[in-house]
Amino acid sequence: MDRFIPNRSAMDFDYAHYMLTEGKKTKDDQTVCSPAKEAYRKMLAETLNMNRTRILAFKNKPPTRSSERTLDAPHLVDDFYLNLLDWGTGNVLAIALGNTVYLWDASDSSTSELVTVDDENGPVTSVSWAPDGRHIAICLNNSEVHLWDSTSNRQLRTMRGCHRSRVGSMAWNNHILTTGGMDGQIVNNDVRIKSHVVETYRGHQQEVCGLKWSASGQQLASGGNDNLVHIWDRSMASSNSPTQWLHRLEDHTSAVKALAWCPFQSNLLATGGGGGDRTIKFWNTHTGTCLNSVDTGSQVCALMWSKNERELLSSHGFTQNQLTLWKYPSMVKMAVLTGHTSRVLYMAQSPDGCTVVSAAGDETLRFWNVFGAPEVAKAAPKANNEPFSRLNRIR
Amino acid sequence: MASRTVAKDIITLRGSAAIVSEFFGYAANSILYNRGVYPEESFAKVKKYGLPMLLTQDEGVKSFITNLTAQLSEWLESGKLQRVVMVIMSKATNEVLERWNFSIETDSEVVEKSVSREKSDREIMREIQAIMRQVASSITYLPCLDEPCVFDVLAYTDKDVAVPFTWIESDPKLIANPQMVKLHSFDTKIHKVDTLVSYKNDEWDEQ
Repeated sequence: MDRFIPNRSAMDFDYAHYMLTEGKKTKDDQTVCSPAKEAYRKMLAETLNMNRTRILAFKNKPPTRSSERTLDAPHLVDDFYLNLLDWGTGNVLAIALGNTVYLWDASDSSTSELVTVDDENGPVTSVSWAPDGRHIAICLNNSEVHLWDSTSNRQLRTMRGCHRSRVGSMAWNNHILTTGGMDGQIVNNDVRIKSHVVETYRGHQQEVCGLKWSASGQQLASGGNDNLVHIWDRSMASSNSPTQWLHRLEDHTSAVKALAWCPFQSNLLATGGGGGDRTIKFWNTHTGTCLNSVDTGSQVCALMWSKNERELLSSHGFTQNQLTLWKYPSMVKMAVLTGHTSRVLYMAQSPDGCTVVSAAGDETLRFWNVFGAPEVAKAAPKANNEPFSRLNRIR
Repeated sequence: MASRTVAKDIITLRGSAAIVSEFFGYAANSILYNRGVYPEESFAKVKKYGLPMLLTQDEGVKSFITNLTAQLSEWLESGKLQRVVMVIMSKATNEVLERWNFSIETDSEVVEKSVSREKSDREIMREIQAIMRQVASSITYLPCLDEPCVFDVLAYTDKDVAVPFTWIESDPKLIANPQMVKLHSFDTKIHKVDTLVSYKNDEWDEQ
């Protein structure tokens, strides 16, 4: 009693479709099929759902396994325009929670307090480690910039008057500390000399929330609440008047806080737009042209390039508050990391480039091993190739 | 022909869509737990279908599945959902390792004429329970997923469906030369759901 019971899911639709439609290609296409044949073919195709199905996938990918470690960050200020997290080359993480700056030593997971500022001067609006990983600059809501030595826990100097209002963004270039203010001004401060203001960049009309020097220290990228990105070049420096920008990039339609210079390709800058823009754009800072623009679907709060791979990490707000890892240049989503329950405003990277830390208004600090372990394996085979390769050769 | 005197409940199109999308939510969670896509600690036990079912506590996964089942419910009510496929892929290579296929046959008369059907709720629960048991026991024959995996969900809908802006067209993410195992099905008399799991041949099985 055999019955042929068709099992839809076991059918090879592709082959069936081919036989139905491609089989006639060899014949003269001009020939009109008899209406009966045409109708039969159509009915058969419909029955097999070939022209009736579309396959859809959810645009937002499900998250991968969540973060490796979570720390509490009470009183973390949920302000888009501030930069309250930085990981120095000394492997110490600095985070500003309200009026206090804490230092977290990654090597032994110990926490210490650097300073608590007075209520009337605070909160802290920005922190930035100097390239030596020992000195750190912190900015207060009253526009003052303080320079500290973290090893001796001493405040070295206070810089006043460079800005009329708070400084939300900073970037170091050797001994130059560049500060970006709510007043739209960008100031280069030489921290070694008394009269520290050595240069002013004018161009932004609203708060400067993103500030990054290129790896060579030749160009500075700045992003503001006026939706503009400026590229400033040191070669255009002028000592007696505000310096003119090299490029003014106007493509974003929302505040630009996320800025990241590409480590493996010079003159390549990635920028991310806020809630009304939601795109990541790539620029050639030599010519000022926009190379690519990708819609991420969510406010871009921070951007970070991988030091080891050709990958870019972006952090977002509503609705998923996720970190997205993209392959460059294809911009294929490699991973989506969730866990934060409010927009991921602050991100920093460990000196070895393996770990990323993120902080959000949900008052948590999360660590993600998103960039993987460095390629230690690559060194080993080379050493094994030749015996005694490590010894000096005697000629 | 003896007729069973089992109390029958009225099933509406909306009710059936709710049952099926809820089933999918629990099945997805069960698969994620059993196949180790997410760590065991991130799941909590709840009672459902007369069984201890595991639900993820991860906010991201939770919201993904919730948004998904809401959309599936909508499509089921309009009779436009043909099947739902959950794919499990290698995180490193993106290769599809497993494919959980839930085919759906909808009684078009119910969709067109808004009639309702009758079937005992308990009967439906029993059928679903049987499938859930099979999903849990599938680890006895499915190859081990040793590497970190990610999952994705595909919806096969009628071509005339308006694509919501949170969804995009996708390829079917098929497995080449898969092994297939057909599981039990359940039927609400409005939607009939067939379950099939196909997986990549384990290297050990190759002669």
